[in-house]
Amino acid sequence: MNPTDEVRTGKQRMPAPAQARSGALPAKETTRVRSGAAYGSRTVLSEPVFRRILYLSGISLLLLLSAVFVSLFIASVPAMKHHGFGFLIGMVWDPVAGKFGALPFLAGTLLTSFLALLISLVFSLAVSIFLGEYFRTGIMSSSIKTVVELLAGIPSVIYGFWGLFFFVPAVRWVELQIGVLPYGVGILTSALILSIMIIPYSASLGREVIGLVPGDLKEAAFSLGATRFEVIRKIILPYARSGILAGVLLSLGRALGETMAVTMVIGNSNMLPKSIFSPANTMASIIANEFSEATGKIYLASLTEIALVLFVVTAVINIAGKIIIIKMSVER
Amino acid sequence: MKERHLQRRILADRLFRGLIIVLAFICMLPMFLILFFIIKNGISVINWGFLVSLPKPMGEAGGGISNALAGSAILVFIASLISIPFGILAGIYLSEYRKARFAYLSRLSVEILQGIPSIVIGIIAYIWIVLPMGSFSALSGGVALGIMMLPVIVMSTEETLKLIPDPLKEASLALGVPYPRTILKVILPAGLSGIGTGVILGIARIGGETAPLLFTAFGSPFMSLDIFKPVNSLPQLVFNYATSPYPEWHTLAWGASFVLVVFILSLNILAKMVTRKWKVQF
Repeated sequence: MNPTDEVRTGKQRMPAPAQARSGALPAKETTRVRSGAAYGSRTVLSEPVFRRILYLSGISLLLLLSAVFVSLFIASVPAMKHHGFGFLIGMVWDPVAGKFGALPFLAGTLLTSFLALLISLVFSLAVSIFLGEYFRTGIMSSSIKTVVELLAGIPSVIYGFWGLFFFVPAVRWVELQIGVLPYGVGILTSALILSIMIIPYSASLGREVIGLVPGDLKEAAFSLGATRFEVIRKIILPYARSGILAGVLLSLGRALGETMAVTMVIGNSNMLPKSIFSPANTMASIIANEFSEATGKIYLASLTEIALVLFVVTAVINIAGKIIIIKMSVER
Repeated sequence: MKERHLQRRILADRLFRGLIIVLAFICMLPMFLILFFIIKNGISVINWGFLVSLPKPMGEAGGGISNALAGSAILVFIASLISIPFGILAGIYLSEYRKARFAYLSRLSVEILQGIPSIVIGIIAYIWIVLPMGSFSALSGGVALGIMMLPVIVMSTEETLKLIPDPLKEASLALGVPYPRTILKVILPAGLSGIGTGVILGIARIGGETAPLLFTAFGSPFMSLDIFKPVNSLPQLVFNYATSPYPEWHTLAWGASFVLVVFILSLNILAKMVTRKWKVQF
């Protein structure tokens, strides 16, 4: 008899005296026994069964991820067969004519994401240094921290909506000033929105690693007469380098897959973008725009193949970011 | 000469400090601008009728968001039903079997799942549920949102349970409490606030998602409580109205954005308060 059973029998024995007191009507007795069993049923969940349930739910996470990959793969097989490897370098996307080339969307995704990364890096670094070094505590620090964290909570559809009414006119004005076609929408506009959306991701990690720089290192530099700027530039940033890189990778993963805000302000043009002012489409936005209207097996499969590429790329970037973080924590 | 060099270094230091402060404050601007736009344009349509009436066709005045509110509630409910029990169990697994090889792989899976772009999850739910069932449905949207919510629940459960010291578990086991009861009645309640925070943050994350719903829940102009029919949702209503060419609909979209942002920001703030007040401490 294992300990679990012992406890169970103990639990079942307990209601017995109460039964005796309440007058042992047969009907009542059965209900008593049943309720006793119901009470015991929680302990009937024996240890091996419970452990197996835990184990299964752990494994099913892995299964879920594999299922996601496999279903995307299977669903995009018709497109792979049809296009071969030319899919990713095809310049023309014209579903009506049956031409599917994903290069314009690859270009659009890479351009918007890296531009956004460039813009946001300045700001997220500033926030990280502000919170990790200059103002670690106090009202200033907690208010900036809260506001930046809340930025991550704003739904992307609202970023897009706001961008339509704030960034699109602003970019259009700039375009008029410098004499390019004033679309307003386009790669630059999307990159601006994206850069705001990804600040929280790199800033929170950056703040953490900058806060982790050992005090004696900094004090040693100060004691040699370094100014705070020099300490930040020569001690803190090199020390926190890999953590900052991990934050950048995580926010890159966000930027690549961001859909709604980009879809609303990128202008939805299936041509290869000519400059950062031209309208374009990203891999995510082409799916959002065309998936529910896609007719025909190849069309749907092509969009699914884009999704598959997006999935694999973001997975690789996220894993790379995690590996950097893990390595960092091992080194300390 | 030396004097000047020193002055230059001090100047650089001051300039840098100023730059950092200015840039950090600029990062707060978007938040206030977004709130300003939403409040300025949206507050005028917010009233009781807006919340309880159905959308009207173009050209008729008024119209509300009741079907979107109901739809969002259904979607979040289905998503929670799927992801909360499953996520908590998986989180317990990850914290109980920290060193097992499978736990390592599962943890990696959670992290990858968290990074999957939401639009890809929409396609998954389309392949898994919409295609076999033959129609867009609230169920498929709920499943898509459930997959998005799952990693948040798993991670918060794992992180919380890891903080609970082993002696608590050992004490319970030493008193003869079987392992399952120890986990469910001692460890889990001790970490309740952390798990609750995870649930709140999970709901906040999916409450504003539009991309996975575009081709699963699909949207509908009618009130529908049937989980096998398409439903509207708040973020999708914002998207549809915002991208329409009509200023009247833009106003409705601002109103709906107001409701959505208030909902999501208050969930976020609530989560912060829960963590601060009932932090897991030992």
